Amino acid sequence: MYRIRFHGRGGQGMKTASRILGTAFFRAGFEVQDAPRYGAERRGAPVFAYVRADRAPIFERGVILRPDLVLVADDTIVPVPGAGVLAGLDGHSILVIASDTPEDVWRSRLKIPARIVVIPLPEGEDAAERRHVGVRLAAAAARLTGVLGLGDVKGAVEEELKRLGPEATAENLNNAEVAWQWAVPHEGLVSERPAMSVADYERPQWVDLHAEDTARSAPIIRGEATSVEVRTGLWRVYRPVISHDHCVKCGLCMAYCPDGAITPNAQGFPEVDLEHCKGCMICVAQCPVHAIAAVSEADAREKETQPSLAGQGEKA
Amino acid sequence: MNRVLITGNGAAAWGARLAATDYVPAFPITPQTEIIETLSDWIARGEMTARMVTLESEHSMLTAAGAAAATGVRVFTATSSQGLLYGMEMVYTVAGWRAPFVLVNVSRGLSAPITLEPDHNDVLAARDSGFLQIHAATCQEVLDSILIAYRLAEDSEVRLPALVNLDGFYLSFTREPVEIPEAHLVREFLPAFDPETLRFRANAPESQAVAVLGGGPYSYFRYEVHLAQGRALAAFDRATEEFQAAFGRAYAPFEAYRTEDAEILFVMMGSFATKAKAAVDALREAGTKVGLVRPRLLRPFPVTALRGHLAGKRAVAVIDQNLSMGKGGILHAEIADALYGAADAPPILASFIGGLGGRDIAPEEFYEIARITREAADSGETPPPRLLYTAAELREMRKLQTIAEAEHHMAKEAGKS
Ligand code: SF4
Ligand code: SF4
Repeated sequence: MYRIRFHGRGGQGMKTASRILGTAFFRAGFEVQDAPRYGAERRGAPVFAYVRADRAPIFERGVILRPDLVLVADDTIVPVPGAGVLAGLDGHSILVIASDTPEDVWRSRLKIPARIVVIPLPEGEDAAERRHVGVRLAAAAARLTGVLGLGDVKGAVEEELKRLGPEATAENLNNAEVAWQWAVPHEGLVSERPAMSVADYERPQWVDLHAEDTARSAPIIRGEATSVEVRTGLWRVYRPVISHDHCVKCGLCMAYCPDGAITPNAQGFPEVDLEHCKGCMICVAQCPVHAIAAVSEADAREKETQPSLAGQGEKA
Repeated sequence: MNRVLITGNGAAAWGARLAATDYVPAFPITPQTEIIETLSDWIARGEMTARMVTLESEHSMLTAAGAAAATGVRVFTATSSQGLLYGMEMVYTVAGWRAPFVLVNVSRGLSAPITLEPDHNDVLAARDSGFLQIHAATCQEVLDSILIAYRLAEDSEVRLPALVNLDGFYLSFTREPVEIPEAHLVREFLPAFDPETLRFRANAPESQAVAVLGGGPYSYFRYEVHLAQGRALAAFDRATEEFQAAFGRAYAPFEAYRTEDAEILFVMMGSFATKAKAAVDALREAGTKVGLVRPRLLRPFPVTALRGHLAGKRAVAVIDQNLSMGKGGILHAEIADALYGAADAPPILASFIGGLGGRDIAPEEFYEIARITREAADSGETPPPRLLYTAAELREMRKLQTIAEAEHHMAKEAGKS
């Protein structure tokens, strides 16, 4: 059985990628299972989707714990622990990262037994939306297994994207072909993991739960520490940048921010707490004088790393 | 043959479409919403002729479903978790009306705390309502069970609403190959609803009502529902035999997987049971004679069939994806009750609680359950009930508690100043 996971952010098409790969396998005569996994609010938050494919009916279900292949659409989530990108990767697994950072850098950064392959981002790709990466990853995954044909992949792209119209389909067929060609040197790199033997399975470390103080064992959150610990700022694809030249201090953005991430500074100007602003852009929509701009997070971060320009965006 | 990749929610929508449902009262809730979205799409595009109405709550939705069914039209509706609970007053009421329709529940653990992922406490809260209850384990079975459920519900010997359950995420959002039956074959298997006395004509209005009654007549009507459930056992066999003849897929009240020569058995419901099948295969490879029995039909509960499946086994492990607080696994209790007094009942009936709120069950955990159960068979001693919960999970829990306690402390300090 092939076990393959796609990781990205909500909105970057991981579900579609898994469906394209699932459909390609299905067209080639495999039994298939594919599914996305997300929680309550997910745009910009790390999400993943997975595909199982086998020649026999599939009984296994749920999240793939020991993947043969993991593909990452957004390299900024690789180090986010909650994203679980590296979960279950071992010497058998292949990790494909869509990134402008070279392979050897990733290797020394991650130091994992899995083999790492970097697939370049499409030229001119919007770093936030990553509109074309999902299809490319799906096509690359197909070739990496070595058991699917380009026809299976193209048929799957057409089937899964026909609702977007002929233009988008054509564009994505092209995307798929580019990735298919890119993957030539890696054809067949991914193989099915041999079945785990029952004889030497690792026994689960079950524990006995005991009744504990009600104060401890009731699911009550009493303060803001939990909200502080959860860095929802990592979900952001777009960053709100407030122009103090235009802001009239009406306070609407502060009132509407669902995360309470905007507070007034000493002069009464709104300031965004970037650790927790999740990038929903509600403030942008609410500001009556259009003083808040939506700036791609990747661009904003790039600016930050150039010290002379840091902070300028907020004041300009 | 039209075999396609669709989700469990998609399969449920196909069930409603192929059943030629007339009326769909609806209310959205995760992870069910895709079902009504799919139906509304089809209706809007004219691919399905049915009337869909979005109500303002599940309570109204179930009232509308029961009322429409009582006028003799074919009704489909769907909900999940908190939605089922919100409509619970009407779940019991419409069953008392003997209004036949199909309600799909997409299982999701109940609050509090909140989860989006599945366990069976939601659907089991409807266990004693009078609804017939079928549990699906695959997307194919979701579709097929809906068609079978209409046959059961509308059977003139039964006339009760039916609930078809599928697990959130593990089925609802998971695509699998599903064979979509031919519409004309479905029409033969499930002809238009013949409501007999259930009718309403606008030109000859009549009122239907339920009276307030004392214990005597009340007992009569309630017990009649119970007896009608009993008749649904034979109706289920009739419907599934015809289904198999028409579509080739067999649906006994219990799925029995590699049970014949099995010495020990897993018993569990829903989609996680297919994980148990994978474990059975792996364990058999290693020489353990194990099988799986999965209740499909939970209400009515096929006691005789269950006894047959379990007779002569050395030990049984019931894995409950639910919890009756203060008692334990609900399925475990149901099975213990069904086996009581049976001459060749297995001497060991061990209880495991796992998969609450969608918590996964790993292959190793099935192997461990098999090991413990076999040991119990050898020693003759039933192990205490076991929650599948690892040291790593408890460590994570402790981290959360440390934060919560720090908060509590901070809040107290702030209160003092
Ligand atoms: S984008 Fe604006 S409204 Fe949304 S979380 Fe960030 S600051 Fe708050
Ligand atoms: S809504 Fe706009 S004008 Fe009002 S305080 Fe926020 S940024 Fe300033």
